[in-house]
Amino acid sequence: MPKLTIDGKEIEVPGGVTVLQACELAGIEIPHFCYHERLSVAGNCRMCLVEMERAPKPIASCAMPAGEGMVIRTDTPAVKKARQGVMEFLLINHPLDCPICDQGGECDLQDQAMAYGVGHSRYEENKRAVKEKYMGPLIKTIMTRCIHCTRCVRFATEIAGVEELGLVGRGEHAEITALEKAIDSELSGNLIDVCPVGALTSKPYAFAARPWELVKTYSVDALDAVGSNIRVDTRGREVMRVLPRLHEDINEEWISDKTRYACDGLARQRLDRPYLRENGKLRPASWEEAFRAIAARLDGLDGGKIAALAGDLCDAESILALKDLMAGLGAANLDCRQDGAKLEAGARAGYLFNTTIAGIERADAVLLVGTNPRREAALVNARLRKRFLMGGFRVGLIGQPCDLSYPVDYLGAGPETLKDIAEGKGAFAEVLKGAERPMIVLGMAALARPDGAAILHLTCKLVEDFGLVSDGWNGFNVLHTAAARVAGLDLGFVPGAGGRDLAGILDGVHHGDIEVVYLLGADEIDMAGLGPNADEGAFVIYQGHHGDVGAHRADVILPGAAYTEKNGTYVNTEGRVQLGRLAAFPPGEAREDWTILRALSEVVGERLPYDNLGQLRQRLIEVNPVFAAIDQVEAAPRGGFGAFGAAGTLDPAPFAVAVENFYMTDPISRASETMAKCTEAFVLGQSGEATGTGG
Amino acid sequence: MKMTRYREGEPGDFVFTAADQARARVLVARYPEGRQASAVLALLDLAQRQSGGWLPREAIEYVANFLEMAPIRVHEVASFYSMFNLKPVGRHLIQVCRTTPCWLRGAAELTDSCCEKLGVGLGETSEDGEFTLIEVECLGACANAPMVQIGDDYYEDLTPERLRQILDDLKAGKEVPGGSRIGRQSSMAEGGMTTLKDLPAPAPADPSGAPAGAPAGAPAAPGEGA
Repeated sequence: MPKLTIDGKEIEVPGGVTVLQACELAGIEIPHFCYHERLSVAGNCRMCLVEMERAPKPIASCAMPAGEGMVIRTDTPAVKKARQGVMEFLLINHPLDCPICDQGGECDLQDQAMAYGVGHSRYEENKRAVKEKYMGPLIKTIMTRCIHCTRCVRFATEIAGVEELGLVGRGEHAEITALEKAIDSELSGNLIDVCPVGALTSKPYAFAARPWELVKTYSVDALDAVGSNIRVDTRGREVMRVLPRLHEDINEEWISDKTRYACDGLARQRLDRPYLRENGKLRPASWEEAFRAIAARLDGLDGGKIAALAGDLCDAESILALKDLMAGLGAANLDCRQDGAKLEAGARAGYLFNTTIAGIERADAVLLVGTNPRREAALVNARLRKRFLMGGFRVGLIGQPCDLSYPVDYLGAGPETLKDIAEGKGAFAEVLKGAERPMIVLGMAALARPDGAAILHLTCKLVEDFGLVSDGWNGFNVLHTAAARVAGLDLGFVPGAGGRDLAGILDGVHHGDIEVVYLLGADEIDMAGLGPNADEGAFVIYQGHHGDVGAHRADVILPGAAYTEKNGTYVNTEGRVQLGRLAAFPPGEAREDWTILRALSEVVGERLPYDNLGQLRQRLIEVNPVFAAIDQVEAAPRGGFGAFGAAGTLDPAPFAVAVENFYMTDPISRASETMAKCTEAFVLGQSGEATGTGG
Repeated sequence: MKMTRYREGEPGDFVFTAADQARARVLVARYPEGRQASAVLALLDLAQRQSGGWLPREAIEYVANFLEMAPIRVHEVASFYSMFNLKPVGRHLIQVCRTTPCWLRGAAELTDSCCEKLGVGLGETSEDGEFTLIEVECLGACANAPMVQIGDDYYEDLTPERLRQILDDLKAGKEVPGGSRIGRQSSMAEGGMTTLKDLPAPAPADPSGAPAGAPAGAPAAPGEGA
C-alpha cells in the first residue's frame, strides 16, 4: 500500500496501481486518450503528463507505477503547459471537422481540447489526409481524425481476441488498418466506444442524430440470455442506437454487436394493429374484434384443448399473465422451451449459470459441452477469454469445433466423449479432477435433443463425482440462449399436471387434440406443426411485435411491445433478475404485453387479478420470491445434483449447433437490415465468395 | 495535401527456398521456446532478399505463418522499418543521405545528378529496372560525407562525377567495392592522421586473427596525447 502525495494531499493507494489511477482515487481528473482501464498500457498519447518531484521532466502518469513517497503535482504551470503542448500536437493533423463528425458532442478530444487546450493553433501548413479503411458493415472509418492512441488495436487483440487491427507505418505515416478486411468479431462494435475521437464511428448510425437530442433510457438487453446492461437512445418513438452500460458482473462495459446493432429491426416488420384471418387472409381489425374472435373460439372449449407457448424475448410479467390466464381456462399445456431443451422448472440450480459470469474469473478449468459461447453469449465468451489471459486456465470442448478466440482442447463431438470423461477416461478428466475450481458449461445444443435429459443426468453425475460443487463454489452451468427462458422456468411455464410439452402440443395439434394455440412471441418453433390453417390444424393466436413466422401462421394477431417498449422483468442465464425499461412507446395500436393479456382475460371471462404493474410484480414475487431481489444472484443451494434430468440411453449423434447465425436469432434481428449485412459479410462470406470490400 | 499510401504489389505465391528455410530455422532457433516471433526482422530481411529487394504482401504473410504470428503484426513491423521496401525496387537501391553533414558537403548535387543520369525522380525506378533512387536520413557515415548506400554497401567521399562512374560500372555489371572514393582508411581525416601521432605504429595485422588496429600494448591512457 504505497503512500504518495498528490497536489499536497497524502493518499494511500492499493499496490500495483499507476500514478494516473492514484490521482483518480484522490479525486483528481487526469486527461488521457490512450489509457483505458480495461486495456494494456500503451503510453503513447502523452496527454496524462504530470510532474513528479525529483524527476527531470513530466512523467506519463498512465505508465508510471505509484511508488512509496512519490510527490506528484497535477496543477502546476508546467503541467498545464505540457498538456497544452500535447494537445496542440494532437490537433496538428486532426481535421477539426466536429460539425460534420458523428462523435461531436461525445468526443474525448473535443472535451479535453476545451478543458486543456489553448483554443487556437499556430500550425499553418497542410494537414495530412489518410485514406478511409474498410472495416466491415458496422464500423465507419474517417481515419484522418485518428490520433493513434491504439486503443482499437489493443481492444481487438486483447478483449475481442482477433488480431486483425494494427498500426502500420510510423511517424506521420502511421495508420490504423485492418488490411481492408471486415473485423470478424462479435464484439467489434465496442471499437466505436473505445475510440476517443471520431475515427471509428457506427456505420448504421452515421449522420442519424446528435447525442444531445436523444433521450437516454437505462435498460437491459433481451436478444441473448446474458442480460447485458444497455442504454437505449431514442428520438421520439425511434430507437436510434443502443450503447453499453457498465455492469461489472455481467457485461463490464462491452456489448455484443447484435445487442448494439439489431435495434434498426425495431422499426421494421412491426405489428402495429390487431389482425384477423378471414377466408385465409389477414385483415386489420380492432382490438375488440380480435378479442371477440378469440373469446368465441375459446367459448366452451375444454382446457385440455388449449395450449400456450412463450417465446424467447418475453418479459416475466407477460409470461406470468399468460400462465395465470391459462390456469383460469384450465389449460395445462404450457411450454417456454421453444427449442425443446430438456430442462425442468423447479430446483433453480439445475438450470442456471451457477458459477456466475464474474465467477468465471475464479475458475481454473472449464468443460464446454454442446455450446459455442462466442455465438450464444458473446459476453460470457469475452469473460472466458479474460480468464484465459490471466493464465493457468484449461478449456475443453465437446461439440462442434469452433474458434472461441482462445485455445481449447477439442475432446469430441458427441455425448460419448462426455460419458468417457464422466467415467474418468482421458487427459481432460484429470484436468477437471486436479482443478481447484472446475466448471462445466452445458449448452442448448446438448440439452435440446431427445436424449437431453440423459445428458443432463450424466452431467449432474459428473458434477457430483468430480466435486464441481463445493462450499462457496458451484461449477455447474447451463448457458441459455433465450432471454426469457430462465424467467419462464422460474415461473413454472412448463406443462402442468397432465399437460403437454412442446412436442406433445405439436403432436396434439396433428391429432386434433389441441385446438387453440396461444403463441406469446414464439417464433422459433416449427410452424408447420401447427397445421396449415385453423380448419386443418390449430387456431393460432399470436401475440408479439414482429411480423415473423408466428404472425404469418396466426389466425388472430395481437400486437405487443418489443423489449425497448415495455417495463419488463428479465432473468439472465445466471438467474439475475433485472428490469428493462420503456424507452419508446410501441407503434400504433400495439400495447405492453401484460396489459393485452389482462384485457383479454376480461373478455374471455377469466379476469386476471392485477390492474397495474405494481400488483403484477407483487404476484411475480408471490409465485417465485427470487423476483423480489433485483440484480442479485443468490448462491444456489449445495447438493442434490443427482436429481436433475433422467437416466437414459445416449444417442451417439454429435451435438448440433445451437446458434447457426449469431446475427439473426430472433424476430428483431431477423428484421434488422444491419444484421442482414453482417450475415452477408461474416456468415455467408465464410462459406461462399460473397465477401464484399466495397465499403 | 500529403497522402500516405500503403503498399501496392502484385499477387503471387511466396515460399522460402530450401537454403533460406534452413537459414530461417537457424535464426528462429536463436530465441527461446515461445519467443520465435523475435526472429521476425531477420526473416523479413531474408524474404526481402529472396524477392528482389522488396516485400510483397505474400512474403509478409508467409513470414507471419512461419513464425505463427498474426499477419497484421508482421505488417506492422515491415511497415515500421524503412529498410523494408513495400513496393518493388530496381536491382540496385540507391539511398542518398541527405542529413545535415552530407547536405553541407553536397548531397543535394548528388541527388540532382542521379536524377538527371537515371531520368527518374525521387522514389522512382529507372526504366531499365536497374536503379531505384531514394533519399534517406543519416546513415552514420558523416565523417566521409557525402555518401550514398547502394544495396548493402556504402560509397563515401562522393562527387557527382564519382557517383556517375559508380552507376555506370554497376550498370555494366562490374563489381564495385564500397568505401571511400579517395582511399582514406575508414573515417580518418582527409589529410592523414592528425592526432595520436606519437603512439607506436600499430603492429602489422596478425594473420592468426587478432583484431587489427587494436594497440598491441596497453590501451592509451586518457590524457596521454595531450
